[in-house]
Amino acid sequence: MSVEVGTELPEQVFRVTRADLVRYAGASGDFNPIHWNDRTATAVGLPGVIAHGMFTMALAGRAVTAWTGDPAALVEQHVRFGRPVVVPDDDEGAEVTVRGKVGALLDDGRARVDLTVTSGGDKVLSLSRAIVRLA
Amino acid sequence: MALDRELVGRSYPPSAVYEVGRAKIAEFATAIGADDPVHRDVEAARAAGHPDVIAPPTFAIVVSLEAAMVVLDDPDVAIDYARVVHGEQRFAHHRPIRAGDRLVATTTIDAARTVAGNDMLTARVDLATEDGEPVCTATSMLVARGEA
Repeated sequence: MSVEVGTELPEQVFRVTRADLVRYAGASGDFNPIHWNDRTATAVGLPGVIAHGMFTMALAGRAVTAWTGDPAALVEQHVRFGRPVVVPDDDEGAEVTVRGKVGALLDDGRARVDLTVTSGGDKVLSLSRAIVRLA
Repeated sequence: MALDRELVGRSYPPSAVYEVGRAKIAEFATAIGADDPVHRDVEAARAAGHPDVIAPPTFAIVVSLEAAMVVLDDPDVAIDYARVVHGEQRFAHHRPIRAGDRLVATTTIDAARTVAGNDMLTARVDLATEDGEPVCTATSMLVARGEA
Protein backbone atom coordinates (compact mmCIF):
# COMPACT_ATOMS: atom_id res chain seq x y z
CA MET A 1 0.00 0.00 0.00
CA SER A 2 1.18 3.49 -0.76
CA VAL A 3 1.47 5.47 2.43
CA GLU A 4 2.49 9.07 2.89
CA VAL A 5 2.11 11.71 5.56
CA GLY A 6 -1.55 12.65 5.63
CA THR A 7 -2.83 9.27 4.34
CA GLU A 8 -6.14 8.68 6.11
CA LEU A 9 -7.25 5.42 7.69
CA PRO A 10 -10.81 4.27 6.99
CA GLU A 11 -13.07 5.60 9.75
CA GLN A 12 -14.26 2.88 12.13
CA VAL A 13 -17.40 3.12 14.24
CA PHE A 14 -17.77 0.69 17.15
CA ARG A 15 -20.92 0.14 19.18
CA VAL A 16 -20.30 -0.56 22.87
CA THR A 17 -23.05 -2.02 25.05
CA ARG A 18 -23.17 -3.09 28.70
CA ALA A 19 -22.82 -6.69 27.53
CA ASP A 20 -19.52 -5.77 25.84
CA LEU A 21 -18.24 -4.29 29.11
CA VAL A 22 -19.18 -7.40 31.08
CA ARG A 23 -17.43 -9.58 28.49
CA TYR A 24 -14.35 -7.34 28.58
CA ALA A 25 -14.32 -7.38 32.40
CA GLY A 26 -14.22 -11.18 32.34
CA ALA A 27 -11.58 -11.44 29.61
CA SER A 28 -9.28 -8.79 31.10
CA GLY A 29 -9.81 -9.50 34.79
CA ASP A 30 -10.75 -5.86 35.47
CA PHE A 31 -13.93 -6.15 37.55
CA ASN A 32 -14.01 -2.56 38.84
CA PRO A 33 -17.78 -2.04 39.40
CA ILE A 34 -17.75 1.43 37.76
CA HIS A 35 -17.74 -0.59 34.51
CA TRP A 36 -20.96 -2.50 35.25
CA ASN A 37 -22.77 -1.04 38.28
CA ASP A 38 -24.66 2.28 38.07
CA ARG A 39 -24.85 2.64 41.84
CA THR A 40 -21.07 2.52 42.20
CA ALA A 41 -20.45 4.70 39.14
CA THR A 42 -22.77 7.50 40.29
CA ALA A 43 -21.50 7.25 43.89
CA VAL A 44 -18.01 8.21 42.67
CA GLY A 45 -19.38 11.12 40.64
CA LEU A 46 -19.60 9.57 37.18
CA PRO A 47 -22.69 10.14 35.02
CA GLY A 48 -23.19 6.36 34.89
CA VAL A 49 -21.35 3.17 33.97
CA ILE A 50 -18.28 3.88 31.83
CA ALA A 51 -16.24 1.71 29.49
CA HIS A 52 -12.83 0.45 30.61
CA GLY A 53 -10.19 2.83 29.27
CA MET A 54 -8.30 -0.23 28.07
CA PHE A 55 -11.36 -1.30 26.07
CA THR A 56 -11.32 2.05 24.25
CA MET A 57 -7.58 1.61 23.66
CA ALA A 58 -8.28 -1.85 22.22
CA LEU A 59 -10.83 -0.34 19.78
CA ALA A 60 -8.27 2.27 18.68
CA GLY A 61 -5.86 -0.62 18.11
CA ARG A 62 -8.47 -2.48 16.04
CA ALA A 63 -8.88 0.53 13.75
CA VAL A 64 -5.12 0.46 13.16
CA THR A 65 -4.79 -3.30 12.64
CA ALA A 66 -7.82 -3.30 10.32
CA TRP A 67 -5.87 -0.83 8.20
CA THR A 68 -2.51 -2.67 8.31
CA GLY A 69 -4.24 -6.04 7.88
CA ASP A 70 -1.78 -7.57 10.36
CA PRO A 71 -2.12 -7.33 14.17
CA ALA A 72 1.63 -7.97 14.53
CA ALA A 73 2.39 -4.80 12.54
CA LEU A 74 1.29 -2.59 15.43
CA VAL A 75 4.58 -2.21 17.30
CA GLU A 76 3.81 0.68 19.65
CA GLN A 77 0.67 2.28 21.01
CA HIS A 78 0.28 5.22 23.39
CA VAL A 79 -2.94 6.71 24.74
CA ARG A 80 -3.87 9.32 27.32
CA PHE A 81 -7.32 8.87 28.82
CA GLY A 82 -9.36 12.08 28.66
CA ARG A 83 -13.11 11.78 29.07
CA PRO A 84 -14.91 8.56 29.94
CA VAL A 85 -17.10 6.68 27.43
CA VAL A 86 -20.49 6.58 29.18
CA VAL A 87 -22.41 3.42 28.25
CA PRO A 88 -26.18 3.62 28.87
CA ASP A 89 -28.17 0.56 29.96
CA ASP A 90 -30.02 0.04 26.68
CA ASP A 91 -29.67 -1.92 23.44
CA GLU A 92 -27.93 0.92 21.61
CA GLY A 93 -25.13 1.49 24.11
CA ALA A 94 -22.47 4.06 23.13
CA GLU A 95 -20.73 4.70 19.85
CA VAL A 96 -16.96 5.06 19.63
CA THR A 97 -15.56 6.52 16.42
CA VAL A 98 -11.91 6.16 15.47
CA ARG A 99 -10.36 8.33 12.76
CA GLY A 100 -6.68 8.33 11.94
CA LYS A 101 -4.03 9.56 9.60
CA VAL A 102 -0.36 9.03 9.06
CA GLY A 103 1.51 11.70 11.02
CA ALA A 104 5.07 10.77 10.10
CA LEU A 105 7.12 8.25 8.17
CA LEU A 106 9.88 6.81 10.35
CA ASP A 107 12.98 4.76 9.62
CA ASP A 108 12.94 0.97 9.09
CA GLY A 109 9.67 1.13 7.10
CA ARG A 110 7.60 2.28 10.05
CA ALA A 111 4.99 5.02 10.27
CA ARG A 112 3.36 6.96 13.08
CA VAL A 113 -0.44 7.03 12.99
CA ASP A 114 -2.28 9.78 14.87
CA LEU A 115 -5.79 8.82 15.95
CA THR A 116 -8.82 10.82 17.02
CA VAL A 117 -11.18 8.79 19.19
CA THR A 118 -14.58 10.28 20.00
CA SER A 119 -17.85 9.26 21.63
CA GLY A 120 -20.97 11.38 21.46
CA GLY A 121 -18.93 14.12 19.78
CA ASP A 122 -16.42 14.33 22.65
CA LYS A 123 -12.77 13.38 22.32
CA VAL A 124 -12.33 10.50 24.80
CA LEU A 125 -8.59 9.95 24.33
CA SER A 126 -6.67 13.20 24.66
CA LEU A 127 -3.74 11.51 22.94
CA SER A 128 -3.79 8.36 20.80
CA ARG A 129 -0.87 7.30 18.65
CA ALA A 130 0.42 4.11 17.15
CA ILE A 131 3.59 3.08 15.39
CA VAL A 132 3.13 0.49 12.67
CA ARG A 133 5.48 -1.49 10.50
CA LEU A 134 4.43 -1.03 6.90
CA ALA A 135 4.27 -4.14 4.75
CA MET B 1 0.38 13.35 50.47
CA ALA B 2 3.23 14.15 48.09
CA LEU B 3 5.08 11.32 46.38
CA ASP B 4 8.74 10.97 47.22
CA ARG B 5 10.95 11.57 44.16
CA GLU B 6 13.43 9.05 45.55
CA LEU B 7 10.96 6.34 44.53
CA VAL B 8 11.99 6.92 40.90
CA GLY B 9 14.10 4.01 39.69
CA ARG B 10 12.85 1.61 42.35
CA SER B 11 12.42 -1.88 40.92
CA TYR B 12 10.51 -4.84 42.33
CA PRO B 13 11.28 -8.56 42.24
CA PRO B 14 10.05 -10.40 39.12
CA SER B 15 6.48 -11.74 39.15
CA ALA B 16 5.47 -15.37 39.12
CA VAL B 17 5.32 -16.88 35.62
CA TYR B 18 2.14 -16.13 33.60
CA GLU B 19 1.53 -18.88 31.08
CA VAL B 20 -0.33 -17.61 28.01
CA GLY B 21 -3.05 -20.00 26.84
CA ARG B 22 -4.79 -20.25 23.46
CA ALA B 23 -8.24 -20.14 25.04
CA LYS B 24 -7.39 -16.96 26.99
CA ILE B 25 -6.16 -15.25 23.81
CA ALA B 26 -9.34 -16.27 21.95
CA GLU B 27 -11.51 -15.04 24.83
CA PHE B 28 -9.74 -11.67 24.91
CA ALA B 29 -9.93 -11.31 21.10
CA THR B 30 -13.67 -12.01 21.21
CA ALA B 31 -14.16 -9.47 24.02
CA ILE B 32 -12.61 -6.68 21.95
CA GLY B 33 -14.15 -7.88 18.68
CA ALA B 34 -10.83 -8.69 17.03
CA ASP B 35 -11.80 -11.30 14.43
CA ASP B 36 -8.44 -11.88 12.71
CA PRO B 37 -7.84 -15.66 12.49
CA VAL B 38 -4.25 -15.30 13.80
CA HIS B 39 -5.83 -14.95 17.28
CA ARG B 40 -7.70 -18.28 17.10
CA ASP B 41 -6.45 -20.53 14.34
CA VAL B 42 -2.98 -22.03 14.79
CA GLU B 43 -2.65 -22.81 11.07
CA ALA B 44 -3.49 -19.21 10.14
CA ALA B 45 -0.99 -17.95 12.72
CA ARG B 46 1.72 -20.28 11.37
CA ALA B 47 0.96 -19.22 7.80
CA ALA B 48 1.56 -15.63 8.96
CA GLY B 49 4.95 -16.64 10.35
CA HIS B 50 4.12 -17.08 14.04
CA PRO B 51 4.87 -20.26 16.03
CA ASP B 52 1.36 -20.21 17.59
CA VAL B 53 -1.72 -17.99 17.86
CA ILE B 54 -0.84 -14.39 18.77
CA ALA B 55 -2.62 -12.08 21.18
CA PRO B 56 -4.16 -8.73 20.19
CA PRO B 57 -1.72 -5.93 21.12
CA THR B 58 -3.56 -4.68 24.23
CA PHE B 59 -3.67 -8.22 25.71
CA ALA B 60 -0.38 -7.24 27.38
CA ILE B 61 -2.42 -5.31 29.97
CA VAL B 62 -3.79 -8.58 31.39
CA VAL B 63 -0.32 -9.44 32.60
CA SER B 64 1.19 -5.98 33.09
CA LEU B 65 -1.46 -4.14 35.12
CA GLU B 66 -1.59 -6.81 37.78
CA ALA B 67 2.20 -6.71 37.98
CA ALA B 68 2.14 -2.89 38.30
CA MET B 69 -0.06 -3.21 41.41
CA VAL B 70 3.07 -4.24 43.33
CA VAL B 71 3.85 -0.51 43.41
CA LEU B 72 0.60 0.37 45.18
CA ASP B 73 1.32 -2.35 47.76
CA ASP B 74 4.68 -0.71 48.58
CA PRO B 75 4.32 0.94 52.03
CA ASP B 76 6.61 3.79 50.85
CA VAL B 77 4.13 4.67 48.09
CA ALA B 78 1.53 6.66 49.97
CA ILE B 79 -1.29 6.48 47.43
CA ASP B 80 -4.90 5.86 48.24
CA TYR B 81 -5.88 2.98 45.96
CA ALA B 82 -9.55 3.99 46.03
CA ARG B 83 -8.68 7.28 44.28
CA VAL B 84 -6.52 5.76 41.54
CA VAL B 85 -7.50 6.15 37.89
CA HIS B 86 -5.64 5.08 34.77
CA GLY B 87 -4.21 8.24 33.22
CA GLU B 88 -2.09 6.98 30.39
CA GLN B 89 -0.97 3.71 28.82
CA ARG B 90 1.83 2.86 26.46
CA PHE B 91 3.00 -0.42 24.92
CA ALA B 92 6.20 -1.10 23.03
CA HIS B 93 5.93 -4.59 21.54
CA HIS B 94 9.24 -6.33 20.88
CA ARG B 95 7.25 -9.19 19.35
CA PRO B 96 3.60 -10.32 19.67
CA ILE B 97 2.62 -12.24 22.81
CA ARG B 98 1.73 -15.79 21.76
CA ALA B 99 0.21 -18.93 23.18
CA GLY B 100 2.76 -20.96 25.11
CA ASP B 101 4.70 -17.91 26.29
CA ARG B 102 5.79 -18.15 29.92
CA LEU B 103 6.00 -14.46 30.85
CA VAL B 104 7.71 -12.83 33.78
CA ALA B 105 6.93 -9.19 34.65
CA THR B 106 9.44 -6.86 36.24
CA THR B 107 8.08 -3.54 37.49
CA THR B 108 10.05 -0.30 37.90
CA ILE B 109 8.90 3.18 38.96
CA ASP B 110 9.75 5.48 36.04
CA ALA B 111 8.29 8.71 37.42
CA ALA B 112 6.60 9.98 40.57
CA ARG B 113 5.33 13.50 41.05
CA THR B 114 2.57 15.46 42.68
CA VAL B 115 0.89 18.14 40.59
CA ALA B 116 -1.86 20.35 42.02
CA GLY B 117 -2.57 17.78 44.74
CA ASN B 118 -2.81 14.88 42.28
CA ASP B 119 -0.26 12.09 42.70
CA MET B 120 1.01 10.80 39.36
CA LEU B 121 2.98 7.61 39.29
CA THR B 122 4.42 5.94 36.19
CA ALA B 123 5.10 2.21 36.43
CA ARG B 124 7.04 0.46 33.70
CA VAL B 125 6.49 -3.28 33.39
CA ASP B 126 9.00 -5.22 31.33
CA LEU B 127 7.49 -8.46 30.09
CA ALA B 128 9.98 -11.11 29.07
CA THR B 129 9.92 -14.84 28.66
CA GLU B 130 11.26 -17.01 31.46
CA ASP B 131 14.42 -17.35 29.34
CA GLY B 132 14.87 -13.58 29.21
CA GLU B 133 13.61 -12.79 25.70
CA PRO B 134 12.04 -9.28 25.80
CA VAL B 135 8.39 -9.35 24.67
CA CYS B 136 6.71 -6.08 25.64
CA THR B 137 7.35 -2.94 27.65
CA ALA B 138 4.07 -1.72 29.17
CA THR B 139 4.05 1.68 30.84
CA SER B 140 1.08 2.77 32.94
CA MET B 141 0.58 6.23 34.39
CA LEU B 142 -1.70 6.06 37.42
CA VAL B 143 -3.27 9.18 38.89
CA ALA B 144 -4.62 9.51 42.42
CA ARG B 145 -6.80 12.59 42.47
CA GLY B 146 -6.41 14.94 45.41
CA GLU B 147 -9.28 15.28 47.88
CA ALA B 148 -9.66 19.02 47.23
